[in-house]
Amino acid sequence: MQQSVAHFEIAYTQFLDEAGRTVQGFPEGLRDPATLRALYEVMVRTRTFDKKAIALQRTGQLGTFASSLGQEAIGAGVGAAMRPEDVLLPSYRDYAAQFSRGVTMTEVLLYWGGDERGMDYEKPRRDFPICVPVASHTCHAAGVAFAMKYRGEARVAVSILGDGATSKGDFYEAMNAAGVWCLPVVFVVNNNQWAISVSRRAQTAAETLAQKAIAAGIPGEQVDGNDVVAVRERVGVAIERARAGQGASLVECLSYRLGDHTTADDASRYRDPAEVEAAGRRDPIERLRGYLLRAGHWSTADEERLLAHAAAEVDLAVTGYLALPALPPESMFEHLYASLPQSLEEQRRAVAAASDA
Amino acid sequence: MPELTLIEAVNRALVHEMAADPSVVVLGEDVGVNGGVFRATAGLAQRFGAERVLDTPLSETLIAGMAIGMAAEGLRPVAEIQFMGFIYPALDQLLNHATRLRNRTRGRLTCPLVLRTPHGGGIHAPEHHSESTEALFTHIPGLRVLIPSSPARAYGLLLAAIRDPDPVLFLEPTRLYRMVREVVEDDGSALPLDTCFVLREGPDVTLVSWGAMLHETLAAADALSEHGIGCEVIDVATLKPLDIDTILGSVMKTGRLVIIHEAGRSGGLGAEIAAQIGERGLLSLQAPIERVTGYDTIMPLYRLEKAYLPDVARIAAAVKKTLEFQ
Ligand SMILES: Cc1ncc(C[n+]2csc(CCOP(=O)(O)OP(=O)(O)O)c2C)c(N)n1
Ligand SMILES: [Mg+2]
Repeated sequence: MQQSVAHFEIAYTQFLDEAGRTVQGFPEGLRDPATLRALYEVMVRTRTFDKKAIALQRTGQLGTFASSLGQEAIGAGVGAAMRPEDVLLPSYRDYAAQFSRGVTMTEVLLYWGGDERGMDYEKPRRDFPICVPVASHTCHAAGVAFAMKYRGEARVAVSILGDGATSKGDFYEAMNAAGVWCLPVVFVVNNNQWAISVSRRAQTAAETLAQKAIAAGIPGEQVDGNDVVAVRERVGVAIERARAGQGASLVECLSYRLGDHTTADDASRYRDPAEVEAAGRRDPIERLRGYLLRAGHWSTADEERLLAHAAAEVDLAVTGYLALPALPPESMFEHLYASLPQSLEEQRRAVAAASDA
Repeated sequence: MPELTLIEAVNRALVHEMAADPSVVVLGEDVGVNGGVFRATAGLAQRFGAERVLDTPLSETLIAGMAIGMAAEGLRPVAEIQFMGFIYPALDQLLNHATRLRNRTRGRLTCPLVLRTPHGGGIHAPEHHSESTEALFTHIPGLRVLIPSSPARAYGLLLAAIRDPDPVLFLEPTRLYRMVREVVEDDGSALPLDTCFVLREGPDVTLVSWGAMLHETLAAADALSEHGIGCEVIDVATLKPLDIDTILGSVMKTGRLVIIHEAGRSGGLGAEIAAQIGERGLLSLQAPIERVTGYDTIMPLYRLEKAYLPDVARIAAAVKKTLEFQ
């Protein structure tokens, strides 16, 4: 005889559908128009920044850049759900979350512009820098969460990773440990359907990425990642659950990478343009704008003001970025160790002398 | 004063730092109630509690990655990798993150962690339990790689490693864990990092080694002294960053250098030491530098491990070769 010994299901949450219509009443805390407008503004500022960054790259003023086009709702929702004292461990496509936490546009430009100072965030001092080796930062998040719990602090670590990153063992190891120790950490998956040229279906036979949490003994769920209300609400619930000592969870946000993987990629080599076009109709920004306009919480004048403000903000950031001269070559010896070992002095002096000459 | 084995000295250092500093936490596989497979962490969980002595899931990437997160958030994790043969998943975390975090964030986030792991062969261990791959790690910028060769140095260097503000890989010669006892004063005094220790002075030839191989090296020096050959013996101890000045000073005195390590020859740390002495001390050398090392083979299973590891006869032969060079 066989019996069933474990049961699970994966919930999916959406508040605003593709057309910007409410499919269910907004949760408490997201009914205030000012809250929705704030989420909308972060997304628009991020997109304005994104477009400018690509333009800078195309004109040789910025290195390779990873666009977050179409996925702004994930970062905006995550950023709004976090408290300042929490710690964000981002991937390389999470500008909306980083901006919400006070990372500056100049800092992000410096990073992609080849300058380490772009990771020395002035504001969220404890946030981790962008993580390039995918999924490796999920283990750091477990450690950060452990430290918070160890000291009895009501803080939470939040790590964002991609759909491709969920295939890494690091991610499973981190979730597994977070489950064992009931750590205050939330893993947010930006399922943008592509890992460079590898599609979500080629990545795993699992029906959802959220269900990967089940094997680690933590809750996993899906949300419409282009519905900022759903992201803000469900990630918020996960964060507050962690803060209350109830442990880790995973939120898979369904979205779509509307742009190339990075400026060094050409997605037309592997993607059907019809798919991209269809995904464009699920755009998170237009969706919320449509809702706000219809609800009377937004006007074309508001829109113009926001766009002008965002453009000015981005221009200022670009000016700041371009105006900052590179560090002297010998700076590569700075912050290598707390104090430079004697054995490296000679190399440092040689570099300094060469740069003076 | 107590006579301790190397493993007991490691244990005392851990106890000392955990008692002194509540931010020190220990994590690894079987380090808790079992006290580690070699008993390095014996008694810690009982004394300091399971929340400070974490039995981790069987996850080497996690152990290293989590230690990074802990360290960046202000703890001082001392993580154990059960055997060096299983450290490689953690290499990614060491190379891509632990050693770079300070630099990437311009000092905003730092990574004061220690990763301890048994090192080397000679104990008839199973496959994957006897390698000495320190050179993979000494190539990593921003890392400190330490290896003690005696109980006292294990105690003092481990204390220094835990207190150091940067990531440290602490290699523990498995063969020495219980081989010798030595008086170790458990007084919390750390030894200096980034410096070699001159274990014995001598006029004729400089012998440079580290870890378990120092025992064969010292035995060779004893044997040679009976033939009137005076060896200066140097324990490198901090493999990275390398204190070449002490080695160079000795070579300038003796004019001869023999480097002994159990790791394979090509690209071993001995090659780096030889290169630097070649660059800076060529004219002091009266004979070519000799290396006595493991071979560029896979570490054999234990029936042949003795044939792989340098021994007193090979060291003595190399010394004689440098002395006979015309
Ligand atoms: C461990 C690792 N392997 C390979 C790469 C090269 N790489 C960079 S991004 C990427 C795809 C990642 O896809 P996904 O996790 O879905 O994130 P997305 O880029 O779609 O946001 C790859 C293969 C990397 N950065 N890290
Ligand atoms: Mg993806």
